[in-house]
Amino acid sequence: MRRVVITGQGAINALGHSADATCAAMREGRQGIGPLEFRDVDRLSIQIGGQVRGFDASAHFSRQQISLYDPNTQFALLAAAEAMGQSGLEVSETLAPRAGVIMGNSGGGLQTIDENYRTVYEEGKNRVHPFVIPRLMNSAAASHISMTYGLKGPTFTVSTACASSNHAMGQAFETIKLGNADVMLTGGSESMLVFGGIKAWEGLRVMSRDACRPFSKNRNGMVQGEGAAVFVFEEYEHARARGAEILAEVVGFAMSSDASDIVMPSREGAVRAMHGALRSANVDLEEVGYINAHGTGTAANDRSECAAVREVFGDHADNLLISSTKSMHGHLIGGTGAVELLACIMALREGVVAPTIGHEQFDPDCDLDVVPNEARQADVSVALTNAFAFGGLNAVLALRRI
Amino acid sequence: MSDEITEKMRAIIAEQAVLDPSEVSMNATLDDLGIDSLGLVEAVFAIEEEFDVQVPFNANDPSDSQFDISNVQSMVDAVKKLIAAKPT
Repeated sequence: MRRVVITGQGAINALGHSADATCAAMREGRQGIGPLEFRDVDRLSIQIGGQVRGFDASAHFSRQQISLYDPNTQFALLAAAEAMGQSGLEVSETLAPRAGVIMGNSGGGLQTIDENYRTVYEEGKNRVHPFVIPRLMNSAAASHISMTYGLKGPTFTVSTACASSNHAMGQAFETIKLGNADVMLTGGSESMLVFGGIKAWEGLRVMSRDACRPFSKNRNGMVQGEGAAVFVFEEYEHARARGAEILAEVVGFAMSSDASDIVMPSREGAVRAMHGALRSANVDLEEVGYINAHGTGTAANDRSECAAVREVFGDHADNLLISSTKSMHGHLIGGTGAVELLACIMALREGVVAPTIGHEQFDPDCDLDVVPNEARQADVSVALTNAFAFGGLNAVLALRRI
Repeated sequence: MSDEITEKMRAIIAEQAVLDPSEVSMNATLDDLGIDSLGLVEAVFAIEEEFDVQVPFNANDPSDSQFDISNVQSMVDAVKKLIAAKPT
């Protein structure tokens, strides 16, 4: 039985420009959400988000690279560089065809699309930059990671809205487990914080104007974020043989579909996904110490998710910790599960559970220990991470301390 | 020999080649300048923007285009023809 471990992690998001900075912010319960800064933001009714700040693309990439990299790809490449650096992996000729990339993403190069729609519609021009297509395609980030490191194995992008990253990392896990690769770079990226992106979300009326407060009775919607996280998933013996530092083991993964509604979540679909992940991981309910919740801060998701956790875990639901780090970095949509995996690894490795910040009022419909406002010390040996997307597409991963 | 169009063209090509315009000689080829196919496509875009012309350039088969990309001089000449042919 092939086992899969994580040997590198990298991230960039509203909480910081690296995985370490992100985890440090999670430990402190720091708020990454703030006023959005981009063109025409004054025409939006939603003006807050978890924006990556102080980021200068030209400090990392050449002018030619920037002409080909939407911010979505830039974020993914920075996270991948950090993860590869930490893993110490060298891609030999033998390893190259046994190593691939699976990324989650929902909006593609939305900033590129937005800019160029302005060019043709607003400015009435008839010509756009020649690289609009290679910049905007959803799979661009995966391709550029593959090209940067010479990874020649299975490489693609998964798009399942808010569950994209979890589906992607689940595919990477199974690709290695089934013997189709020894190393996979996986995670997700998103860059929807642009006028057209937020305007589209406004229409749905699920966004908060003031804060993301998961599980709090006065919660009033989700807040968008942006960024990326990338991990090096590696076959256990392969990692051992080269003396790599192992951050955690990926032990289980399951997917389910609600088959019911394009926006409303279903408790039943979430229950089946969590059950499936536990079965796949072959762990007992009582071993699970932490769940990184989907926890969007909408009335419907948080209520439904808590009910699902109670149904799956029964009495043990009162012994485990569950938190939503979206309260700090916002909802990265296709990249969110990847950034949230950092919180699971931190809980397993350091015994620190990231808090749900912005929690102001107890909600009887969310009567679990949601780690309100301050991080908690806890001995966690198994963690789950949930993603329940629009359209009822659910994906749950299980990780174990190693 | 130098004129405004030539100088603008050298600047456009120099940007793609990451050179100073003064280093772009008129008989240099794209290969000499280290400009690959993507760089050429970007240069064509910049030329169209700068001079408000349509460059008859087919990226699928650049040699088959009516736009002569043999060297810097040939491109400058082609652009001048396009500008002269512009409806006024």
